[in-house]
Amino acid sequence: MSAPEPMALEVRDLWTGYDGTPVLEGVTFAIERGCLAGLVGPNGSGKSTLLRTVLGLQRPWRGQVLVFGARPDRRRLGYMPQTEAVDWAFPVTVFQVALMGRYGLLGPLRRPGRHDRQVAWAALERVGMADKANRRIQELSGGEQRRTLIARALAQEADILLLDEPFAGLDAPVQHDLLHRFQELAAEGRTLLVATHDLSCVATHFDHAVFLNRRVVAFGPLQEVLREDVLRETYQRHLLLVREEGRLYADHP
Amino acid sequence: MPTILEALREPWTLEFMQRALLASCLAATVAAAVGCYVVLRGMAFLGDAIPHATFSGVAAAFLLGGNLYLGGALAALATALLIGLLGRRGLLKHDTAVGIVFVGAFALGILLASRRSTYTVDLFAFVFGNVLAVGWEDIWLMAGVGAAVLALVFLFWKELLIVSYDPTMARALGVPVEAVQMGLLALVALTAVIALKAVGIVLVVALLVTPAATGQMLARSLGGMMAVAVAVGLASSLAGLYVAYYADVSPSAAIVLVATAIFALALAGTRLRARATARRGLPAEAPTPGPKP
Repeated sequence: MSAPEPMALEVRDLWTGYDGTPVLEGVTFAIERGCLAGLVGPNGSGKSTLLRTVLGLQRPWRGQVLVFGARPDRRRLGYMPQTEAVDWAFPVTVFQVALMGRYGLLGPLRRPGRHDRQVAWAALERVGMADKANRRIQELSGGEQRRTLIARALAQEADILLLDEPFAGLDAPVQHDLLHRFQELAAEGRTLLVATHDLSCVATHFDHAVFLNRRVVAFGPLQEVLREDVLRETYQRHLLLVREEGRLYADHP
Repeated sequence: MPTILEALREPWTLEFMQRALLASCLAATVAAAVGCYVVLRGMAFLGDAIPHATFSGVAAAFLLGGNLYLGGALAALATALLIGLLGRRGLLKHDTAVGIVFVGAFALGILLASRRSTYTVDLFAFVFGNVLAVGWEDIWLMAGVGAAVLALVFLFWKELLIVSYDPTMARALGVPVEAVQMGLLALVALTAVIALKAVGIVLVVALLVTPAATGQMLARSLGGMMAVAVAVGLASSLAGLYVAYYADVSPSAAIVLVATAIFALALAGTRLRARATARRGLPAEAPTPGPKP
């Protein structure tokens, strides 16, 4: 008998914040391998801070992050920051941005080789950006910018993908397209934690969710945690859940 | 009557002009390459400050009878380090830290220099540059340090690229961001020392910023930007020395002004092309909206 597989991502009693003001207050949750998990909460609930702390970009005041039961290994964590955090006037092409996802796997002084180029190219194909590979990033639309950053995260070939607001400002067809790619990735055994404030999208397409508002209100399989009391506590107001043709919608009454 | 060809050839029959051309081309090449990062990271003020700070080291070396370049280099590196540390601790805003440290260092240089009454002649060559007085030993030194700077830019290409483009992602990928940023400051410091004698402290920032800004407008990638910047730097050196030779004006000022003119031309060209591209979407028979140019 083999030991049970450790959780892909486990966070225990995580506290952190800025300038003495806490943003995360004892965050605790765990996600299994192969999950497509939504990280849901209102603005200022600490979604980005949580992702940054898992990545080691923000120092925890207290608590622990475990990746596959061990201390986080950067090479197992892929990341897509919010597009607002990126300098879009910088002279780089779409392909060069995707190739940057490989940099963490190369040592100092080593240049990306043929294999790295193939991986970056495949990542661009996956998000439907291969035909724009030679464009300067300045020329991209908002949706293309997001897809480029997702391709960079995919090129990291990490086991866990942490994506910060990948759907913001995307048209519905593009958003659906991306969701299908995320489901494919989860089916391949990758674990995705996707920060979003689009509750309906999580309700219809994700299998797990973490409800966050400075602390974790609830986490687990969607059918267990998508309840009105959880939503009320997360959003600090009453939200109605409407079921229609097998789909779930959240709305204010 | 000399023909045009003879007029073009004439300056380079003089050895001091040959040396001037070599020195300004070396300085312009290195400054254009490093200047790309200065422009992309919005460090133009720093690119002005570090050359000024070298003056304290140059003056100290002059008083002590040491090597002026070595003195300048040490002062520039110390300043870069100090600015980096002050900015990183979050004690001061970055440009405030730059302002305090560089004015202090420059004033220290003037203070030291004023102890000697003869300082005007020798030291002011560093302030305003005197590329016509560059000797072969200067050129060898510039070539050596310049080659080292360019080699570092080449070797750490991917690190410098991602730290300049997206420092957050760089950190997430495990790139040592602080070390790379410090290294970049050191590269700017070494570049300042190389360019000192060619254009002088006051104008080094122009060699760093103007060609790189031209490159940013015209190129799609960092490599392309750097190639354009180096080309602009080289063309400015050559044309500037012609202007200086035939109009009998300061070579460093002429080099910088040629670079400025190339930038202005590129800017105008880009604007015109953008306007033309914007109108291409109009149907052929449709009336042109708005006033005609």
